[in-house]
Amino acid sequence: MSAAAETRRRPLRAGEVAVLLLLPIALINAVGFILPVLNLARYSLNRARIGGGIEQVFTWENWTGIFRDRFYLDIVINSVGVSLGITIATLILSYPIALYLHRSHGRWRTFLTVLVISPLLTSAVVRTYGWIALLSDNGPVVGTIRSLGLPAPRLMFNINGVFIGLTEILMPYMILALLAGFGRLDPKVEEAARTLGASPTRTFWRVILPLTLPGIALGCLLCFVLAVSSFITPKLMGGGRVFLLATEIYDQAIVTLNWPLASTLSILVLVIFGAALWAYSAVLRRLD
Amino acid sequence: MDTEKTSWAMRILVFILFLYLLAPVLLVFPMSFSGDQVLRFPPTSWSTRWYSALLENRGMMRAFWTSLGLATIVTALSLVIAIPAAWTMTRLRFPGRDFLFNLFTAPLLLPTIVLGLAILIVFASMGLLATTQGLVIAHLVVTLPYALRVLAVSLGTQNLECEEAARTLGARPLVVFFRVTLPMMMPGIVAATALCFLVSFDEVVITLFLTGPRISTLPVELYNYVYNRADPLVAAASVLLILLTLAVIMIVERTMGLGRTFVR
Repeated sequence: MSAAAETRRRPLRAGEVAVLLLLPIALINAVGFILPVLNLARYSLNRARIGGGIEQVFTWENWTGIFRDRFYLDIVINSVGVSLGITIATLILSYPIALYLHRSHGRWRTFLTVLVISPLLTSAVVRTYGWIALLSDNGPVVGTIRSLGLPAPRLMFNINGVFIGLTEILMPYMILALLAGFGRLDPKVEEAARTLGASPTRTFWRVILPLTLPGIALGCLLCFVLAVSSFITPKLMGGGRVFLLATEIYDQAIVTLNWPLASTLSILVLVIFGAALWAYSAVLRRLD
Repeated sequence: MDTEKTSWAMRILVFILFLYLLAPVLLVFPMSFSGDQVLRFPPTSWSTRWYSALLENRGMMRAFWTSLGLATIVTALSLVIAIPAAWTMTRLRFPGRDFLFNLFTAPLLLPTIVLGLAILIVFASMGLLATTQGLVIAHLVVTLPYALRVLAVSLGTQNLECEEAARTLGARPLVVFFRVTLPMMMPGIVAATALCFLVSFDEVVITLFLTGPRISTLPVELYNYVYNRADPLVAAASVLLILLTLAVIMIVERTMGLGRTFVR
């Protein structure tokens, strides 16, 4: 009897079933994720020829180049700085919403949750377009400021617009992360603090805030990481005048066709991610 | 907790913050009915000219149908691939299961700008750039982790007694799956379908790397349009996209509950 006929009669073992059923997802994962990422790391060590060709070599010159060239160094520092600023702004604007949502109930809560999540599911292009309409020179924001007789600020095609737009775009992520961490916030603890005579401000700083720190840390990690890698908003609202890591990766890949440099900047983004993750776990350890 | 604890100051603050959060999405509704040639708010006149302009825009309409077809194919494939995978992950015990689950959901951790570049370089050498196959594979990379996660949650929270009863009564494994397990995971399947469809339909960064003049999706076309000029055409398109999103959210909310899908 041949081996094939034998396997057909014998019921498949759990391991064999697992391999069979996981094969398709593993294939997509290998072709669309593992292989491209490994290749990306390899590409950061290649050399770009002038005009778009690539030389298969093993060199660190892309890496040393980034840290020697003031332009790229500024981009890195700018990206990290702007992302940190956006993260803090997002936290401040999201915290009251999250706290309010945490305290609401029933249909009202469902309705508000839908309001928070809907922008999340709306295309980044649409939301950025909305901000362009809001902040452009003919828009309502500049119009209102002008009608008050104040000098109109330039909000578009510079870092201001990117900052305002990206903060709003990241708020839903922050709110959801904060809510996930608010589980520890028992209303009874708050009540106890109030009954014992603490003022609302004191209750907030001594009870509510410390209890919600894990959620804050998670939300900040998430928003920082998303801000560093955001592309659509800086590209559309920066008008080619805001240079951040993500926009530079795209320009190097599509406009300049310098794939080794684009790969190096991409790996650098992942390194920054790693650093953020390290900082996050350090904060969590201190909280415990 | 009683509501009187929430002071009026807090309520007004939350209202203003919600206004900020929803402002760009809300603004495109009146903007789409502008009669002006350029982006101006408030518009000097009202009309539906930008809706007709959108419907007459050949490139936009072609991109819309491409996106719709692509999202449909990607959603169907995501379910066909992720349902067996989620079943394997929740019902079978084998070494390295947790590792594989993390590996299969890992693409979500990577920023799309990095993933897009990585896929661009590999697909360029495979001749998959600006092809339907290439776009389908690239979208699957980001939809499969969502599908796998939602379906695994749906399977993991299922009552195993029904399956056991079916088995005890002599049903074969495939019969148990199709007659008991699959019907019971229907809410998860609906949620996964909605998520995959939205993620694929809205995907823009990775797609931007892989499209060209030959093939383009709606978000990429909108991105290019906004990059090049500012008029209310995109507002009209945005309104239609937002309404589509809202419809999908309603379906998910009705079948699964938003909280369970998005807040773990």
